[in-house]
Amino acid sequence: MSYELSHLRELEAESIHIFREVASEFERPALMFSGGKDSIVMLRLAEKAFHPCKIPFPVLHVDTGHNFPEVIEFRDRRLAEVGARLIVGSVQERIDSGQLKEEPGLNPSRNQLQTPVLLESIEENEFDALFGGARRDEEKARAKERVYSFRDDFGQWDPKNQRPELWSLYNGRTRKGEHIRVFPISNWTELDIWQYIEAEKVEIPQIYYSHQREIVERDGMLIATGPLNTLAEGETAYTETVRYRTIGCMTVTGAVESDADTIEKVIAEVAGTRITERGATRADDRVSEAAMEDRKKEGYF
Amino acid sequence: MAEILRFATAGSVDDGKSTLIGRLLYDTKTIFQDQMDAVEKASENLGTEGPNLALLTDGLRAEREQGITIDVAYRYFATPKRKFIIADTPGHIQYTRNMVTGASTADLAIVLLDARHGVVEQSKRHAFLASLLRIPHLVLAVNKMDLVDFSEEQFNKVADEFRDFASRLDIPDLTFIPVSALLGDNVVDRSENTPWYDGPTLLTHLEQVHIASDRNMIDVRFPVQYVLRPQSEEYHDFRGFAGTVAGGVMKPGDEVMVLPSGFTTRIASIETMDGPVEEAFAPMSVTVTLEDEIDISRGDMLCRPNNSPTVTQDIDAMVCWMTADEKFAPGMKLAIKHTTRNARVMVKDVQYRLDINSLHRDESSDLLELNEIGRVTLRCTQPLFVDEYRRNRTTGSFILIDEHTNTTVGAGMILGVAE
Repeated sequence: MSYELSHLRELEAESIHIFREVASEFERPALMFSGGKDSIVMLRLAEKAFHPCKIPFPVLHVDTGHNFPEVIEFRDRRLAEVGARLIVGSVQERIDSGQLKEEPGLNPSRNQLQTPVLLESIEENEFDALFGGARRDEEKARAKERVYSFRDDFGQWDPKNQRPELWSLYNGRTRKGEHIRVFPISNWTELDIWQYIEAEKVEIPQIYYSHQREIVERDGMLIATGPLNTLAEGETAYTETVRYRTIGCMTVTGAVESDADTIEKVIAEVAGTRITERGATRADDRVSEAAMEDRKKEGYF
Repeated sequence: MAEILRFATAGSVDDGKSTLIGRLLYDTKTIFQDQMDAVEKASENLGTEGPNLALLTDGLRAEREQGITIDVAYRYFATPKRKFIIADTPGHIQYTRNMVTGASTADLAIVLLDARHGVVEQSKRHAFLASLLRIPHLVLAVNKMDLVDFSEEQFNKVADEFRDFASRLDIPDLTFIPVSALLGDNVVDRSENTPWYDGPTLLTHLEQVHIASDRNMIDVRFPVQYVLRPQSEEYHDFRGFAGTVAGGVMKPGDEVMVLPSGFTTRIASIETMDGPVEEAFAPMSVTVTLEDEIDISRGDMLCRPNNSPTVTQDIDAMVCWMTADEKFAPGMKLAIKHTTRNARVMVKDVQYRLDINSLHRDESSDLLELNEIGRVTLRCTQPLFVDEYRRNRTTGSFILIDEHTNTTVGAGMILGVAE
C-alpha cells in the first residue's frame, strides 16, 4: 500500500477538516445552500464530516424567487434525505412587504437584493459562521480570500485587512454581531467539483445536463424563457440543446449550447473549455473588473 | 505519486515572478480566453505594451492600481500528472508575513534569481523563509537567461554563489534551473538555447519531484477534533473521535495512548462515511473508535505508548510577528491555537531577533515588530502536545491571537521545550 492520496481524496480531507473545525468552535453555524453543484458537493462533504451523526447545523437558502423549479424540487428532496433543517431567507417576501424594491427595467436581476436578505437572515438567526461554496479559481478577488473570511457587524469584507491564515490553524474568534464566512472548498477547481460528482455519484439537478429548452439570446447569453422573462422588442425565442454550467437566478444565468448529457461528457467539455464558468454564464459578474470584490465588501456570498 | 503539489512563489514587480507564473499557466493552457481578454483590455487601459501577465494574479483593486502584489493569491493548474496549488506571495520585506503565510502549506518553493545580478538580498531572504518554514524542496529558477546569452558559465556562477549561501541554511533539496520566463525557455518546453543543461524543465520538475516521503509516516499523532455520538438506534453505542491524521500510520488493533490522561487502549476501527478503512495516515480525515471507553474530548491527542509528543507548558519557538498594532514583548499575554487545542500564553523572553537578510542574531533586542522573526520563550496555561517543527509541521506549529482584537498576530514554529 502506498501512503498517497488522490487529489480528490486530499481535497475532501481538507474540506472535512474545515467542517469539523467550525462545528467545534462556533455556536451557531449554518450552511448556505443554493441548489447549485458547489453547494451540493458541500452538503455531501458536511454529511461525510459528521457521519454517522446528522449534520449539526441548519441549511440557509437565500431565495430570490427567480429559481429554476427543478432546483427547488431538488433542494427539498435532498435536504429531506439528509435530515437537515432548512431556513429560507426570501427576497420575494421582502419585496411584497415593501422592505426591498425591485430594480427597474425589464426582467430585473435580483442579485443585489440577495445581500440585504442574507445579512438579515444572519442577524435574525444569530449565525456566527456561514459555510459558502465559493472557490478561489472562480474569480481573482476570491483567489485572495481566506478560508475563514472575517465579516464585521455590517457583514463587510475588508480585503486589505484579512487575518493571516497559516497551516491548517484557523482563527474563528469573533465578537457578538460579527461572523465568519467559511469556504471549505476554496482549493477546489471547477474540474475537481465535476470529477468529484462523478467519482462519488453525487446527484445534481438535471439542468446541468444537456436538454432541450426554449431560450432567447440576450447580451451574448442564452437566457431561458418563461413567466419571469418578458421578451423585449426584437427578441425571438427559439429552442436549443443546452445545459447550465452554473445555477443562479433564472433571469441572469445563461445556458451553454451543449450535448453533454452524461457526467463523462460534461467533464470532457469542462476540461476542454477556454472560458471561465462565470465569464460564460453570469451577467451579474460581468459588470466590471472589480465587480466581485465590490459586492463581497458589502456582504455578498 | 502524490497528486497535489502545493508550491509557493515569492517575488516583486521586476524579478519576473508574475511572468513566470503567467508562463506556466499560459503554456499549460490554464488561462481562459475571457481572463486573457480582460488582461489585454486592462493592459491597454494602463498603457502597458503587450498583455501584462501580472494582472492575472493581482486580484485586488489596490494591487492593480499600485501595480504590486500585497496579499497571498492562490492559483490552480493541472497537468495529466498532477494538480498544482500555487501560493503566490509578494516579495518585498514589508510583506514577510504574507510570504510566511503562503509558505506554511507549501511542499516546494520557487525562488527567482536574476541571471545578471546573481544572489541578492531578496533571494537570500526568500530562501531563508523557505528553510524556516521547512519547505522540503527549493527550486532556484535562474531567470532572464536570455539577457546573459544563455551562458552556462554565468548560470554556474549564480548557482555556486547560492549554494555557498544555502550551506548556512537547512534545505534538504536544492534544484537549479536556467529559464527565461519571458521567452519560455525551460519553463514548460525544453530550451534549444541551453544544450549544456541536461536537467528537467521547471514544469517537468514540478510534476516529478517526490513529495510523498516528506510527510511524517512514523510518529502517530491524531489530534481529536470532534466527538461523534449519534445516539441513534442504528448507532446506539457509537462513540467516534473525528480528526485529521497529523503523523504516522494508524491501523485497527494498534495500541494507542491518549493525552493528557495517559490511558492506553486499542483502535477498534477507523471509520469514514464510505466505510471502515484498514489504514489512516496524514492528511486523511477519519473517525477513530476505541476498544475501551475513555473520556476523550477535543484537544486531546492519540499517539503510541512508546512514541509520544512532548507534553509541555514551556515552549521554545521561532515566532514571526504579524501586526503593527503592538510589539511582541515579554509579559504579553496572548491566545494560542496549537492543533485542536486552545489556550493562553505569556511571553517570557525574546532570546534573539533575527535579521532575515543577514541571518545575524540580535540578542540585545527583546521586542519583535511587524514582520520580524525571533527566537522566543512562551509559558502556556495548560500543557500542549508538541513535536519539533522540523519533525512535524502540524504538531510543531501554532498561531498566536490577540485576545482584544481577535486577529492572528503571530506564527510559531516549535524548537523544543524551554528551560
